[in-house]
Amino acid sequence: MTISNTRQITPELIASHGLKPDEYQRILGLVGREPTFTELGIFSAMWNEHCSYKSSKKWLRTLPTKGDVVIQGPGENAGVVDIGDGDCVVFKMESHNHPSYIEPYQGAATGVGGILRDVFTMGARPVAAMNALRFGAPDHPKTKHLVAGVVSGVGGYGNSFGVPTVGGEVNFDPRYNGNILVNAFAAGLAKTDGIFLSQAKGVGLPVVYLGAKTGRDGVGGATMASAEFDDKIDEKRPTVQVGDPFTEKCLLEACLELMASGAVIAIQDMGAAGLTCSAVEMGAKGDLGIELDLDKVPVREERMSAYEMMLSESQERMLMVLRPEKEAEAEAIFTKWGLDFAIVGKTTDDLRFRVLHQGEEVANLPIKELGDEAPEYDRPWVEPKKPAPIDASALPKVDVADALITLLGGPDLSSRRWVWEQYDTMIQGNSLQRPGGDAGVVRVEGHATKGLAFSSDVTPRYCEADPYEGGKQAVAECWRNLTATGALPLAATDNLNFGNPERPEIMGQFVKAIEGIGEACRALDFPIVSGNVSLYNETNGQGILPTPTIGGVGLLADWSKMARIGFAAENEIIVLVGAPPSWGTHLGQSIFLRNVHGRAEGGAPPVDLAHEKRVGDHVRSLIASGIVTACHDLSDGGLAVALAEMAMASGIGATIPGLIEADPAAVFFGEDQGRYLLTLSIDPQGAEWEQLSAQQKKLGIFAPWIGTTGGRELKLGEARAISIEELTTAHESWFPNFMGT
Amino acid sequence: MKSAVVLLPGLNRDRDMIAALTKISGKAPVTVWETDTEIPDVDLIVIPGGFSYGDYLRCGAIAARMPALRAVAEKAAKGVMVIGVCNGFQILVESGLLPGALMRNTSLKFVCREVKLQVANANTTFTRNYQPGQIIRCPVAHHDGNYFADAETLARIEGNGQVVFRYAEGTNPNGSINDIAGIVSDKGNVLGLMPHPENLIEAAHGGSDGRALFESALGIAA
Repeated sequence: MTISNTRQITPELIASHGLKPDEYQRILGLVGREPTFTELGIFSAMWNEHCSYKSSKKWLRTLPTKGDVVIQGPGENAGVVDIGDGDCVVFKMESHNHPSYIEPYQGAATGVGGILRDVFTMGARPVAAMNALRFGAPDHPKTKHLVAGVVSGVGGYGNSFGVPTVGGEVNFDPRYNGNILVNAFAAGLAKTDGIFLSQAKGVGLPVVYLGAKTGRDGVGGATMASAEFDDKIDEKRPTVQVGDPFTEKCLLEACLELMASGAVIAIQDMGAAGLTCSAVEMGAKGDLGIELDLDKVPVREERMSAYEMMLSESQERMLMVLRPEKEAEAEAIFTKWGLDFAIVGKTTDDLRFRVLHQGEEVANLPIKELGDEAPEYDRPWVEPKKPAPIDASALPKVDVADALITLLGGPDLSSRRWVWEQYDTMIQGNSLQRPGGDAGVVRVEGHATKGLAFSSDVTPRYCEADPYEGGKQAVAECWRNLTATGALPLAATDNLNFGNPERPEIMGQFVKAIEGIGEACRALDFPIVSGNVSLYNETNGQGILPTPTIGGVGLLADWSKMARIGFAAENEIIVLVGAPPSWGTHLGQSIFLRNVHGRAEGGAPPVDLAHEKRVGDHVRSLIASGIVTACHDLSDGGLAVALAEMAMASGIGATIPGLIEADPAAVFFGEDQGRYLLTLSIDPQGAEWEQLSAQQKKLGIFAPWIGTTGGRELKLGEARAISIEELTTAHESWFPNFMGT
Repeated sequence: MKSAVVLLPGLNRDRDMIAALTKISGKAPVTVWETDTEIPDVDLIVIPGGFSYGDYLRCGAIAARMPALRAVAEKAAKGVMVIGVCNGFQILVESGLLPGALMRNTSLKFVCREVKLQVANANTTFTRNYQPGQIIRCPVAHHDGNYFADAETLARIEGNGQVVFRYAEGTNPNGSINDIAGIVSDKGNVLGLMPHPENLIEAAHGGSDGRALFESALGIAA
């Protein structure tokens, strides 16, 4: 198949490029004539939702992106945060939702590949990855196939590339039946004086193409990712790219070697919209024009047209501007790694984006306007309606022990071991905490005591009930998970997954969620340094749950003091820090209400950000003081599930007498925010405990001593004692049974 | 003692291995690149894990045909110690330096977890710092670790004591015949194993059960 370069521009052709009539008028104004077919393709690549953020830009600007440790905020391939001693952490999260639904293995694999490339393009060696995955109902006919494909795709790419997957999320909800979410996070380490950016500098310098050859895969991918799905979505399979982790691993090593040689002036990976986006970005950022000669582009297929080359999303490719005197050295490095190296163009001073193919000029466009003049919309939105609160006292009484087993053995809270054992969690030899705890932690190579903590969080059912509180909660939970290891949360990346923004109620979810995220980030001193927006996650008019995933990074000054979730010893006191007087109250939108009573009702639990900060800072200081022997934050499933997870992680049980005259359902399953469970190595009759209690009283933090570790059972209030074996069997069985392996 | 680490495109536990050897011996190993036809004078050559050449053919098949592996074979023939871990084990098998084959895991899935290993033969240069029959912890991370040998070969390597590590206590992660996790050559100077002892050598790894293997090979007293 060859797409000719001389196609007639018709209204149908314009529409099939995802361009609206008024957007086409804008193009005519900018170009001053009818665009060529290739130019139309370039505009569609630059102006689609995925690349231009045209519906979201207005709101993204409201997010806090600066802070004392922020070296690079949004706008580059990834965010950069200072961790001291001349080191920095480079990270970002990005979605690959649409392709992963159409072709789960390759969609997920190339999602991982894309985010890793974003990180090493900046000069960082990737040290950790996470994946936030959302699938449809477990009983939906496609779900198992999608889970199997996505998980093996994530593993297939990340394991071969050689980065440990240290955390992530896997959730199920019928609202993802037609649109799954694959949000891939990667972080890398670099020297603060060794960060590389995409801004081209200098006129007449060589623009160099590196990495894999260009094929026809992924042509039009970004445009596909900017549209709703319908029943014919399977026909889009050819728009999904194919990943080659071996080439990416070679590309990583070659790029880092090249960067160390001092040859690189600017670098940009070819991600969405490939050659087009990368070339325009490098030129526009540097106030330079770019001229590309497509006859020089390494191709793996014959008779590729200019249109196809400009829109191909073939993976594992990079574009660089190099110092001319280092050209030979650079080529030798790439040849050593068996990668293509070709000078495909040059920087110019005329601010034009010119593309030549077989002696013909197939595009000549104003480079700044291609990016800067992309349409921006202030889409109409409506305030989301808040659901009525539930009357918890009217719920039928249930046995706490039975309810706990139901939750642990259900799709939402069961162990994800089946998933993460398919990921290499130990490679690089720095993994201090692997999946299954509150956050993944890796030590900082070359430093004696420092560690980095990573967590990815969002509770979509809260966001659906109340996008503002849900947005706050996503940030707070991420911050809390990092804190629970003892890490100081530094900064976050956001991956905002929503439905069709042209519907005011969806836009309302987006606007309110951003408002909540922004407020929480400001209150918790947790700026957003990179991110990605994925809209149009809809099929036949049914949108996904609003899912603003937050990926956070924290710094542990001394990993030998790091806290883990497992009970560490018998006869230690268990303290519930940050609790309300009755320990737990909020059952609206809880997992308990949903899985035990079958009701998705009520309001989302509110997050008191000042309280959150106070409690978290206190917990972190206790961990640093060395008296905390285990720590776990409370989230889905509340107190009972957190206790069970701490017991299962170590094999040591606990007895929690419970509260007289309080509703045991709310006490044990309420999802009140801002709470942590701690075990302490101090005597509850001693002076240290008294001092601690006085300190907490002064801080306005309620932290009751709720029970004691010991035995091989979990005893919650008046409920029957549950053996750890029974807990573990329920917890570990669901996933393997579901997948049938 | 001096060591060398073989580097091939697609290997990805090379940095782990270099770090482990450096920490244990106090000296950084020299490195050997895929096209090198000669290996410097060393006592131990290690082929680390990963996905050499993407493992797009049979795991280790392309690597086994590279110049560096011919050089490894020459050294092995002269009695130099060679360790192949994970992909390194697959490469040694594909090179014919070790008998048998490594097939896809019976689960057909990649598996990364900690297993238990029994030291089946503590009387080798690689295991002398372990106790006979000792059970150690060790991580695995592979997709094709299912060891297989025909009945005759199996009887021979079992009879010769060439099986040095077995998965213990029901932790066989891949379906290997006789729970085989690691074997040595008939001369005893080439070791291949699927698990990753280099990822369990210090406190940060949560244990150091893997350390004795390298200490044995490097002649460091336990």
